[in-house]
Amino acid sequence: MGMYLSFGTVILLLAITAPAALAFGFGGAMAARSRVGPLRWLGKGYIAVVRGVPDIAFFLFFVIALDQAFEWLRHKTLCPDWDQPIRQGNDFVVCQAAKLPLSSSPQWVHEVYGFTIAVLTFAIVFGAFAANVFYGAMRAVPHGQLETAEAYGMTRRQIFRRILVPQMWVYALPGLSNVWMVLIKATPLLFLLGVEDIVYWAREMGGTANPRFTDYPHGDWRVWYFLALLVFYLGLTRISERVLDRLMTRLTHGQATTGGEAQRREAQ
Amino acid sequence: MSCMQTIYDYGLRSLGIGQRLLPKEDFTLCEQVVLIGSGLIWNVYFGVIALITGFFLATAVALGKGSANPWLRKPSEWFIFVFRGSPLFIQFFFAYFLFLSLKGVSPIFSPFTAAWLGALIVLFLNTAAYSGEIFYGALRSIPKGDVDAADAYGFSGVPRFRRIIWPTMLRLAWPAYTNEAIFLFHATTLVFFSGFPAWQQRGDALYYANYFADKTFNPFVPYPILAGYFVLLTLALIGLFGLINRRLNRHLPQEARRKIRLRLNIIR
Repeated sequence: MGMYLSFGTVILLLAITAPAALAFGFGGAMAARSRVGPLRWLGKGYIAVVRGVPDIAFFLFFVIALDQAFEWLRHKTLCPDWDQPIRQGNDFVVCQAAKLPLSSSPQWVHEVYGFTIAVLTFAIVFGAFAANVFYGAMRAVPHGQLETAEAYGMTRRQIFRRILVPQMWVYALPGLSNVWMVLIKATPLLFLLGVEDIVYWAREMGGTANPRFTDYPHGDWRVWYFLALLVFYLGLTRISERVLDRLMTRLTHGQATTGGEAQRREAQ
Repeated sequence: MSCMQTIYDYGLRSLGIGQRLLPKEDFTLCEQVVLIGSGLIWNVYFGVIALITGFFLATAVALGKGSANPWLRKPSEWFIFVFRGSPLFIQFFFAYFLFLSLKGVSPIFSPFTAAWLGALIVLFLNTAAYSGEIFYGALRSIPKGDVDAADAYGFSGVPRFRRIIWPTMLRLAWPAYTNEAIFLFHATTLVFFSGFPAWQQRGDALYYANYFADKTFNPFVPYPILAGYFVLLTLALIGLFGLINRRLNRHLPQEARRKIRLRLNIIR
């Protein structure tokens, strides 16, 4: 049963992470474009650092780092009269009440917490990629459009909301679809973050024995399970390609680009 | 223990030379730097060999995909789709368990279950598919005039390919191929997290970084060290590929030379 649910876990992760990464990316791009110096450096630094390091290292790093950050924050607020240092040699010690999740909480809380951390990690890493795409797309919007808006007396904020953002998408979509494809292919890394995802189940169910209960009546079937996963991912890629193609056609409609021009000619 | 002693003990630990036991406690900074650096040998080994061997298969696949003969074109297209459409992580798992069950059939396959050969084959096929697509794109954007001129000079068949088409293809593909090479090196970090066992704890850089992070519960030291190593590795790669790029473009006027634009870095 958990096996089939885990396919849902992957889809759920994609469904939550994609908007979250878009939000992170949008924020990052806006910060990188900002006229305030420190904010701009923050945005550009975020994009540069996350994109420059092998991502799997980031996945391993963020899980522990975020976990410790949350526990440390809770530790500061919940136990103000704690006098021992937090890092004691090789140990990271916070008071009992600050432990996340609480050791008394049921199993599903632990799982949800693990999943949330994973989603946050994915969103941070892929947010940087999306931020880069958005940053480029915002600069790709023809300057004449913005100047016209200015001539009509719009304020900076109005230009951003009414002119820049609606026109940006068509330039951003090719890059975003790349990020999406990569996001799909990054989901098996959930396994490394300790979530019981499809890789975990493929290993478990395919093996000859399971430490939790009895032996399976079949031999080593892990090859077949992983073959099924391979096909699952190929299918996911194929479907996304189709959908993104359609979306691109829709978005190009009426835009001042060669694609939009071609559509206009065709319609005539 | 002095740092020289540590280098002597652990400098080649990832190859099984030197101290047998990994440090258990009281990790010094020197130990972490040396051991992670020693693991980097494996990353370089996988990256370099897969890149060199993959280059030839990539050329063949690109030609196959560009060929008019469907018997060559279809298999090449499928090869590229399968390896680019599915996560490398799943490919590693699948290959490992495939080799594992083949081992049961015939002992010839037993070296394939070890990382040094099995993972190398996966990386080789994977990079061949990705670079094949890059080369195919370059093959299609070779200026028509170049080929016409070659025809006019009486070139045909293999000499035309070797003297005219192939150098131009490389020249056009080189910036994208540089990025692909950087990805490949980043992807080598996945090897020991995907089924392939690290025999006698001879792992790659991420394996050791993860070891330290697990033991100390402090991700803020080993992962930045790892990131530093990878930044250095990436810079070395960029330098090397830049030299080749200079040579490929040496007949062009100075301004027309294409600079390598870096687009780091996405998981596959």
